[in-house]
Amino acid sequence: MDQLSVNHLLGIKSLTKKDINLIFNTASHFKEVINRPIKKVPTLRDITIANLFFENSTRTKISFELAEKRLGADIINFSSSSSSVKKGESLIDTVNNILAMKVDMIVLRHPNPGSSLLLSQYTDSCIVNAGDGSHEHPTQALLDSFSLYENLEDLKGKNILIVGDILHSRVALSNIYVLNLLGANVKLSCPLSLVPKDIEKLNLSVETDIIKALKWCDAVNVLRVQRERMLKSYFPNNREYSMLFGLDINKLNKIKKDILILHPGPINRGVEITSDIVESNNSIILDQVENGVAIRMAIIYLLASKMNFTINE
Amino acid sequence: MSNKILLDSEKIEIILRRLVYQLIENHKNFENTVLLGLQPRGVFFIKQILEIFKRDHPNLQIKNGILDYTFFRDDFRRSEKTLSASSSKIDFSIENKNVVLVDDVLFTGRSIKAAMSSIDTYGRPKSIELLVLIDRRFKREIPIQANYCGAKIDTFKGDRVKVVWGDKLKDNVIYIES
Repeated sequence: MDQLSVNHLLGIKSLTKKDINLIFNTASHFKEVINRPIKKVPTLRDITIANLFFENSTRTKISFELAEKRLGADIINFSSSSSSVKKGESLIDTVNNILAMKVDMIVLRHPNPGSSLLLSQYTDSCIVNAGDGSHEHPTQALLDSFSLYENLEDLKGKNILIVGDILHSRVALSNIYVLNLLGANVKLSCPLSLVPKDIEKLNLSVETDIIKALKWCDAVNVLRVQRERMLKSYFPNNREYSMLFGLDINKLNKIKKDILILHPGPINRGVEITSDIVESNNSIILDQVENGVAIRMAIIYLLASKMNFTINE
Repeated sequence: MSNKILLDSEKIEIILRRLVYQLIENHKNFENTVLLGLQPRGVFFIKQILEIFKRDHPNLQIKNGILDYTFFRDDFRRSEKTLSASSSKIDFSIENKNVVLVDDVLFTGRSIKAAMSSIDTYGRPKSIELLVLIDRRFKREIPIQANYCGAKIDTFKGDRVKVVWGDKLKDNVIYIES
């Protein structure tokens, strides 16, 4: 069978279309597994995974933990707030110490862009990027596009809109890469102050009129405004942002068509999206959460299958 | 490389009918029995079995499904290749059911072992039986035997038993590739 072209999952940029199809195909089988009465398989019973979270996370951490447990792996959890990082230990030293305890795979969330790449170069372990600063969040993008793929089938030629804080969003960049690979048309909608530099190099256009953008798209992925990453003010206030770019029933009524609505979470209800839209029939937000476990099981399974089993005789 | 025909379509059909009668003998009206075809090749075989049931015993309702056991195999990370999963489709509970696993060739027995472990994730069956078309004798690596067997054959190491399912019963053939 085909296998992944990479030994680590550092970002979508390093994946091929074939890799993505393989991940989707494997995830669909794991989705069936996690809907069985007993949701656990023993495949990774000889693998130990360390979840290193140097940044706060709820759903990604829980999703990775569940995926690992359902694959039968042993896991250890680490958060920087209660570790020797506080005493001045470097990232590479921390990880090498953990690896010395016979850990096979590292799932890393870190505030610095490129931290996963750095670890893959300086440590002898399989690295899965669970979000590195404002760079990439590959598993989120894969579960977003897998959720779209389940509903729209082939994404080639489909129009996907990303609305929100593109500038600070690792989810946006990874989504753009994966959607481009799958042949979807991608458009952004946000205040011009939240558009990253050189965005045109990614073959994207920006539409500041949200109604026009919504009329164009088959699905919209709504991103959170990341106040915690903003060192200055990018728009006057939440109320103005919500009026111009927040998804609400009035805007959706104006476009007179059904579109799929995604949100990677956490949601700021009333800012980028209203509660009635979150809970509407067009929302696939909870499907995204369920698919997150299946996608992460697939990625861990496919990466682990490239780590050959050895016994010292 | 040479191909020797082991069973032609006529003999295969006689065997299929016999296997169906043996199942009926043990499971009567199939009220509490389910048939599960094992991915990948058992899926073709179970189709043929169900075809005979439909043709010769149309009053019997046979619950059936497809089982993939990839994630329970014991050779994960033991080869260069990634083990490729296929889909499972079991739309009913197997808790307290008599389960009959259906596969085309019984060889080392390792697939059946994985399949039996895999079934547990759907519930605890009352019993598990195994139905195979071909039993390659003396090739077992673990102690597993079939309850229903189409034909037993002896093969040399390196021989391959190929079961070719045609669109119709008359197109079926089994041969040994050596």
